[in-house]
Amino acid sequence: METSLRLRDLSFSYHEPRRETKAIEGLSLEVGKGEFVAIVGPSGCGKTSVLSLVAGLYAPSSGEVEVLGMPPALARKRIGYMLQRDELLEWRTIEKNVLLGLEIRRELNGETRKKAMEMLEKYGLGEFRRHYPNELSGGMRQKAALIRTLAASPELLLLDEPFSALDYQTRIGLEEEVRSIIKQGGYTALLVTHDISEAICMSDRVLVFSKRPARVKREFVTGLAGSAIERRADPGFPVLFDSIWKELKNDERGAC
Amino acid sequence: MSAEHADYLRKLKRRTRLTRALRTALFILLILAWDGAGRTGLLDPFIISSPLRVVRTVASLYRAGELFGHILTTFYETVVGFVLGTALGVLIAAVLWFVPLFERVLDPYLVVLNALPKIALGPILIVWVGAGPEAIIAMALLVSTVVTVMTVLAGFIEAGRDKMRLFETLGATRTQAFFKGVLPASVPTVMSALKISVGMSWVGVIVGEYLVSRRGLGYLIVYGGQVFKLDLVMASIVILCLLAAIMYYAVAFAEKKIGARFGRQ
Repeated sequence: METSLRLRDLSFSYHEPRRETKAIEGLSLEVGKGEFVAIVGPSGCGKTSVLSLVAGLYAPSSGEVEVLGMPPALARKRIGYMLQRDELLEWRTIEKNVLLGLEIRRELNGETRKKAMEMLEKYGLGEFRRHYPNELSGGMRQKAALIRTLAASPELLLLDEPFSALDYQTRIGLEEEVRSIIKQGGYTALLVTHDISEAICMSDRVLVFSKRPARVKREFVTGLAGSAIERRADPGFPVLFDSIWKELKNDERGAC
Repeated sequence: MSAEHADYLRKLKRRTRLTRALRTALFILLILAWDGAGRTGLLDPFIISSPLRVVRTVASLYRAGELFGHILTTFYETVVGFVLGTALGVLIAAVLWFVPLFERVLDPYLVVLNALPKIALGPILIVWVGAGPEAIIAMALLVSTVVTVMTVLAGFIEAGRDKMRLFETLGATRTQAFFKGVLPASVPTVMSALKISVGMSWVGVIVGEYLVSRRGLGYLIVYGGQVFKLDLVMASIVILCLLAAIMYYAVAFAEKKIGARFGRQ
């Protein structure tokens, strides 16, 4: 399988006047083209730092990041990043919000605009094109944020706990929608979450991170088929949940 | 509409009406008390003037053809000071946001400049720019610029903290992040800074007129005080109240209209 993302022996520290914190140490992982990989780990374990390194927002202390066969700085236009909060700009209509990324890259033309508008239609936000974000529900807003990310035609998607600000019902519905959008679009995706069931429902593979400094502690191939909802009903689901839960729990004890 | 809701609306309406009625009553009471204190000899009308004398003074100013000259002079100076002060303040705040090094270095200077009563610089301004309308506008500019820089810069920094992550992930330059994110997100802050700086401009202009002018409401107040024409002083203050209120409400109205578009969740 072709590899979209490769981290090799990655280390990263951040610095404050009174201390240095090793967020990541000796982290290696690979994500294949078209694969959906989820990272779960204890909070504050450096999950988000991994995404920032992959997106080229931070430089690693040592080690190597390779996105689509090149350093992140060069691959930047091919990476899409979805944040925890939707971060829609309140003074722009949904349409204008969705076009923001293209506008910033100066890639907004008839063709890219048309594509973005088609995505809005396809994912059920067509009639809200001219609405302002505060007229939309939390789930719809986050979906608009996803379309903003996809409108710039990324190949690798980084999802940073994108459902954590939503209520439970909306979250479950959106998990399925986003999963199928990503699968149908053939995107490669790396999801960071602290929600074990979300990781199992959405991904092909779950990486359990250790506490700080982060490395991959264990890897689970989900091997479940069907939608996110169907996966929750699969007999394999509780087994996986239990194993991941124990793996995370284990670490906590170790820390005490 | 349910009976409960109708009842709620009725109470709300009654409350609004009560507020308005009391407001008007208080106004009338104040005028009557002012008038009565003079008439009954409780206070000397020579010192406190009276509503009627104020109206007469305004009328005689009007007949002499001086009224609008004074009003326009002060109004013009205030508007120029206010507009320039705001524009300059926002510009300086933007530069400081763009170059955080400047912001760090200049921070204590700004704090001192903000704490300093700008009026103390009056005599220096007169020497530097001349004893004329220029000095008055410079004073208004000085008073309103500093406060605008402080308020707007704080707004920019906060909006930047809020929006920067999004723009970084979209690969935006700092300039793009400023014009597409930080500046529009700071519109409500800028609008409330306007409300402060419009008041500041009045302070600057009136003080400036105290010091140098031969025209304007500030001049009338000082002149009236010097020759013991308290009617003139009171009349000028009443006109000043009206003007300041009109300008403040105009800015507040603009804030409401524009701020709503850029409002936060």
